[in-house]
Amino acid sequence: MSDHDKIYSTKLQDKAERSTILMFVLTAIALAIGGIVEIIPLFYLPNTAMSGGDGTFNGTAHKDGKGNVVSMTKIIWNPATSEHKTLEDWQPGDGVRPYKPLELAGRAIFIREGCFLCHSQMIRPFRDEKDRYGHYSIAEESMYDHTFQWGSKRTGPDLARVGAKYSDEWHRRHLRYPRDVVPESVMPNYFWLEKMPVNVAETVQTMKVMTMMPFNPVPKAIYTDAYIDGAKTQLEGKTDLDALIAFLQGLGNHIKFEEGVNYRD
Amino acid sequence: MEATQTTPVKYDMEVVRWFTIAAAIYAVVGTLLGVYIASELAWPFLNFDIPYITFGRLRPLHTNAVIFAFGGCVLMGTGFYMVQRTGATRLWSNGLAWFTFWGWNLIIVLAVITLPLGMSQGKEYAELAWPIDILIAIVWLSFGLNHIMTIAIRKTSHIYVANWFTMGMIIMITYLHVVNSLAIPVSLTKSYSIYSGVQDAMIQWWWGHNAVGFYLTGGFLGIMYYFVPKQAGRPVYSYRLSVLHFWALTFGYVWLGAHHLQYTALPDWTGSLGAAVSLAMIIPSWGGAMNGMMTLSGAWDKLRTDYILRFLVVSLAFYAMSTFEGPVMSIKTVNALSHYTDWTIGHVHSGALGWMAMVSYGAMYHMVKKLWGVDKMYSESLVNTHFWLATIGTVVYVVAMWVSGIMQGLMWRDYDEYGTLSYTFVESVAAMHPYYAMRAIGGMIFNLGAWIALYNIVMTVRQASAVRGANAVPANA
Ligand code: HEM
Ligand code: HEM
Ligand SMILES: [Fe+2]
Repeated sequence: MSDHDKIYSTKLQDKAERSTILMFVLTAIALAIGGIVEIIPLFYLPNTAMSGGDGTFNGTAHKDGKGNVVSMTKIIWNPATSEHKTLEDWQPGDGVRPYKPLELAGRAIFIREGCFLCHSQMIRPFRDEKDRYGHYSIAEESMYDHTFQWGSKRTGPDLARVGAKYSDEWHRRHLRYPRDVVPESVMPNYFWLEKMPVNVAETVQTMKVMTMMPFNPVPKAIYTDAYIDGAKTQLEGKTDLDALIAFLQGLGNHIKFEEGVNYRD
Repeated sequence: MEATQTTPVKYDMEVVRWFTIAAAIYAVVGTLLGVYIASELAWPFLNFDIPYITFGRLRPLHTNAVIFAFGGCVLMGTGFYMVQRTGATRLWSNGLAWFTFWGWNLIIVLAVITLPLGMSQGKEYAELAWPIDILIAIVWLSFGLNHIMTIAIRKTSHIYVANWFTMGMIIMITYLHVVNSLAIPVSLTKSYSIYSGVQDAMIQWWWGHNAVGFYLTGGFLGIMYYFVPKQAGRPVYSYRLSVLHFWALTFGYVWLGAHHLQYTALPDWTGSLGAAVSLAMIIPSWGGAMNGMMTLSGAWDKLRTDYILRFLVVSLAFYAMSTFEGPVMSIKTVNALSHYTDWTIGHVHSGALGWMAMVSYGAMYHMVKKLWGVDKMYSESLVNTHFWLATIGTVVYVVAMWVSGIMQGLMWRDYDEYGTLSYTFVESVAAMHPYYAMRAIGGMIFNLGAWIALYNIVMTVRQASAVRGANAVPANA
């Protein structure tokens, strides 16, 4: 018995090793701290694109070289203040907006097919990434992305600003048979998406769900009941391929970036 | 570490036997899927224009098969094995253990059906649809409850270190799975995360990193702390080092998730904090690896004849290597190059193949002998063959990815004398081809080893059952 009564480290450690409950509680506390410290502030600090509801985005204030604050209405589209009042009127540069119905259907296909496993949507602030993909990505640009799609691997190029870079026709050809357009590509053929009709009911339901999100929901002023009802007509007769192209063409041109502004602080 | 007893304890080992066999099967399947997706990247015609087997749909099946099917069966099998033997007690509930076994396998079957159908939540390693997520939570808690209650009813005075690690894993995975999976359903098979953008990214990589840290690492460290001393026939080198190793990882590892998001839209402080703590983690990780290695001091000669010990030692070497590489990759300037490239994939697999799979096989061979009451495997020399195939396969895989990863990173950022980018993206894709082929071959070598292990285990079991049938003596696990 003697050996078991000896204390080899500290008294607390010895106590924990003898008591299942104490070991459990100490471990559970130690495990919780790091996550709490790193995650919870992101819901309250500026520069995290958390809408918070009061329109200040937790006091986010992007400044230009002279210290002037860029109004958040230039970064996040707000139909109340913008001259363009509906999603249909919205123009590139008006600020970050939620997805249109067909884009939302396309986004579901992007996730379904696992595109994010090969394509990132997060441009880092480096010279080569700017030259290759465009302005670095900022938090606000993915604020409506429930299930963010930043990715972790670039087997293919970044897609954060692919919108309007190519024609719809180019995308159609490329998605159907990538190697017809880019002979060295290793991307699978997706011609079969052309045969699949868009899932209308699910997309409409997705719009409703997006307005119900506890964090960064799509404002009801944008996805109005009437707009959601009207979505059906925009979706009928479209294929998964149409939707995917619409999604891609809508990426990355929401904000008009100005020189000298620090959009991440 | 095991109580000295006069009367042998009757353990509940049948469920452990089933977990062990299942693990050996899932290892074959999971690595075969790895070989297939690796081949798809080298030779894209292998997608065969069949939606269900395109790279984007099969890759999650690969990760789920190796992590949750193979890894999960190893962790649960060894978890139930260690907790009984170190506590000199039977399971708290044998029936619940069977529920865990069948529940976990049901989840695996559901994954095999739903992932090729494209039912994904779009989060790495958390792809499975929300009803399956609920099932995972229930089955995981059934495992956790049984494990912790078995600790509680142990006959020994102290809780053995292996069980601390398993307990830490159980608690942490519960936190992670519940918080990261919160979503609003759109249909029975589709849902969207309640978080978006920055917050979702941080929560996902808090999950992603700690699934690696507490499941693929912590859980397997528990295995290391039991099976290395057992196989070497010596006590753990330093008890104090294990205390330090456990608490430093338990408290520290949780902070690292942000190193997956360097230079992204996540606020800078979070990434820097993640990087700083990542660097600090070299110390406990190497301390732990040393602790395992030094357990062999005075018994090194055993390596010449004990092939199982070889698996365990090489796994520790890979553990040390990937826990050095990881902190280096967390440094922002290094991550600027390595992020998004195959270097990450190489790092993943030096951890996954070299550490997690190797330590698993060491434990599985050890357990098979004990569980079926035999002195030797059906073929000891096949264990050695498997050892070499696994080691060579891993090295080929990892070296190929180091080269291709660093090459990608350098090509992407290279400028010519006129200040324009030297390479188009697709030129970097074309340059990867030989390395993708090499990786596929490395994977095939590893996979061949997994088949041999399965064969060897099945034959051992058959032989043991035949002997048992003849003698009609109940096996003593
Ligand atoms: C024969 C052995 C294996 C082969 C050939 C293989 C191959 C692959 C391939 C080709 C990928 C995709 C890489 C990419 O997208 O560029 C991958 C991803 C992955 N594999 Fe394996 N794999 C093998 C074994 C394993 C094992 C045993 C594990 C154990 C946990 C594992 C864990 C993973 C993980 C976590 C990823 C995702 C990596 C990331 O997202 O960064 N693999 N594997
Ligand atoms: C102290 C130990 C470790 C540290 C600090 C560390 C750090 C890192 C870093 C910096 C990345 C790259 C993130 C990126 O640029 O995207 C990474 C990726 C990864 N590591 Fe580790 N690592 C460690 C140990 C391990 C071990 C032992 C394993 C496996 C058992 C592992 C598995 C992974 C996986 C699966 C990923 C890829 C995640 C993804 O992008 O999908 N790591 N790690
Ligand atoms: Fe990590």
